Amino acid sequence: MSAKLWLWVNQVAVDVPAGANVAAAVARAGAHFRRSCGGEPRAPLCGMGVCFECRVEIDGVAHRRACLVPAREGMRVRCDD
Amino acid sequence: MAAYDLIVIGAGIVGTACAERAAAEGLRVAVVEPGPVGGGATAAAMGHLVAMDDDPAELALSRYSLQLWQRYAGLADAEFSRCGTLWVARTAREYDGIAAKIARLAAAGVQARQIDAEELYRLEPALAPGLRGGMLVADEAVVYPPRVALHLLERARAGGADCRLGRRASALSARGVRLDDGSELTGPVLVATGCALPELLPQLPMRARKGHLVITERYPGRVRHQLLELGYADSAHGDADSSVAFNVQPRPTGQLLIGSSREFGVEGREVSWPMLQRMLERAFEYLPMLRELQALRVWTGFRPTTPDGRPYIGAVADRAHTWVAAGHEGLGVTTALGTAQLLIDQMLGRAPQVDMAPFSPARSLR
Ligand SMILES: Cc1cc2nc3c(=O)[nH]c(=O)nc-3n(C[C@H](O)[C@H](O)[C@H](O)COP(=O)(O)OP(=O)(O)OC[C@H]3O[C@@H](n4cnc5c(N)ncnc54)[C@H](O)[C@@H]3O)c2cc1C
Ligand code: FES
Repeated sequence: MSAKLWLWVNQVAVDVPAGANVAAAVARAGAHFRRSCGGEPRAPLCGMGVCFECRVEIDGVAHRRACLVPAREGMRVRCDD
Repeated sequence: MAAYDLIVIGAGIVGTACAERAAAEGLRVAVVEPGPVGGGATAAAMGHLVAMDDDPAELALSRYSLQLWQRYAGLADAEFSRCGTLWVARTAREYDGIAAKIARLAAAGVQARQIDAEELYRLEPALAPGLRGGMLVADEAVVYPPRVALHLLERARAGGADCRLGRRASALSARGVRLDDGSELTGPVLVATGCALPELLPQLPMRARKGHLVITERYPGRVRHQLLELGYADSAHGDADSSVAFNVQPRPTGQLLIGSSREFGVEGREVSWPMLQRMLERAFEYLPMLRELQALRVWTGFRPTTPDGRPYIGAVADRAHTWVAAGHEGLGVTTALGTAQLLIDQMLGRAPQVDMAPFSPARSLR
């Protein structure tokens, strides 16, 4: 079995396989990634850093593309829920 | 062959505003536009509704238009936000010049007040230290121009306007205009094609003045007013080949729009990295925290610029039944509504409420 790591998504602890990206962790936590100005929830679309639909706050830094950031132990991710 | 009371060529903010007014007057209107509605200079603009005091004619036109903008203050599509304009003084000379600016604006009916450094930082804590103070024009606002253009066109259409979208005017004809599909529309023509004016009216000189803009991610509350440096007019109205000025706008979404650059003699739409860098360095001098923010998109646009910087609004003296409304440079969003009302007043033989002599196309006929 592959190694696991734990991180926080909106104060909820989630585990993902080592090597997963933050988008996978957020998906696993079942959280909404972000909302458009009109309030509609948005989710990853391209999975490769192009569409900017997966932006979340990671360790206090706003607007990071979750699909491009590898998950790390103890990371704090905040989504626009 | 279709006949109209007015054929508006170009559906930028100026053409759509004119079509809306003409339809409201009960005229049979046609609008011709090959591209997206409001997709020209209108889509590239910051959408700041602002009075500039350095040319009395332009100030009168802006003031008149700003009153008309009140109509759309509650329109959700317009994204109208009355954030006010805060002009920032860096040097003692800029600060000392404020009283005269306030007097010039007041004479035209625009309320502004001088603010000292302490109040400046209370209003905008993110400004760089060491600034002298500024001038606040609390009533001014920002809008989202292409959506306004679309709304104006919809109003014109609801008033009966015949919209020929996807069609280009290929030439003016003796009785009206010929379109690129070979059809002809007959009736008086209003050319509102912005930078493309010389294609149809080569006798009226026009240059394109390129500008760059940057939009950031959403950072609500970091900046509350439309911010400009007091030296802005020197950049906007100087005729240097290229210039930059500090000009930052808080969008109602929380995004920040960062401008602005001006360049003559550049044709390509591509982003110039040296120009972008110059523009951003200027913005960072006034708002250092911008360095930390994430930019989402950079784009360029072209301002339609006449030799004396004033738009052409009125009848084309050397052609019967031909009108023009083009050349609004960096103020066309602000002045579109006034342009439309004053032009339609002229067409219908009513006395316009602003002296239109300084805008007469005859001054530039070649
Ligand atoms: C970077 C930048 C920032 C700006 N910021 C501001 C601001 O904050 N406030 C402000 O007031 N103004 C601002 N402006 C200026 C403003 O954008 C322009 O003055 C205004 O949009 C001009 O409108 P227009 O309708 O004349 O031209 P356009 O919007 O360019 O419309 C002309 C239309 O004519 C159409 N056309 C061309 N040829 C033909 C043809 N042969 N047949 C049919 N249609 C044709 C084009 O497709 C186009 O849609 C800014 C401009 C730029 C570039
Ligand atoms: S999913 Fe498209 S940028 Fe992340």
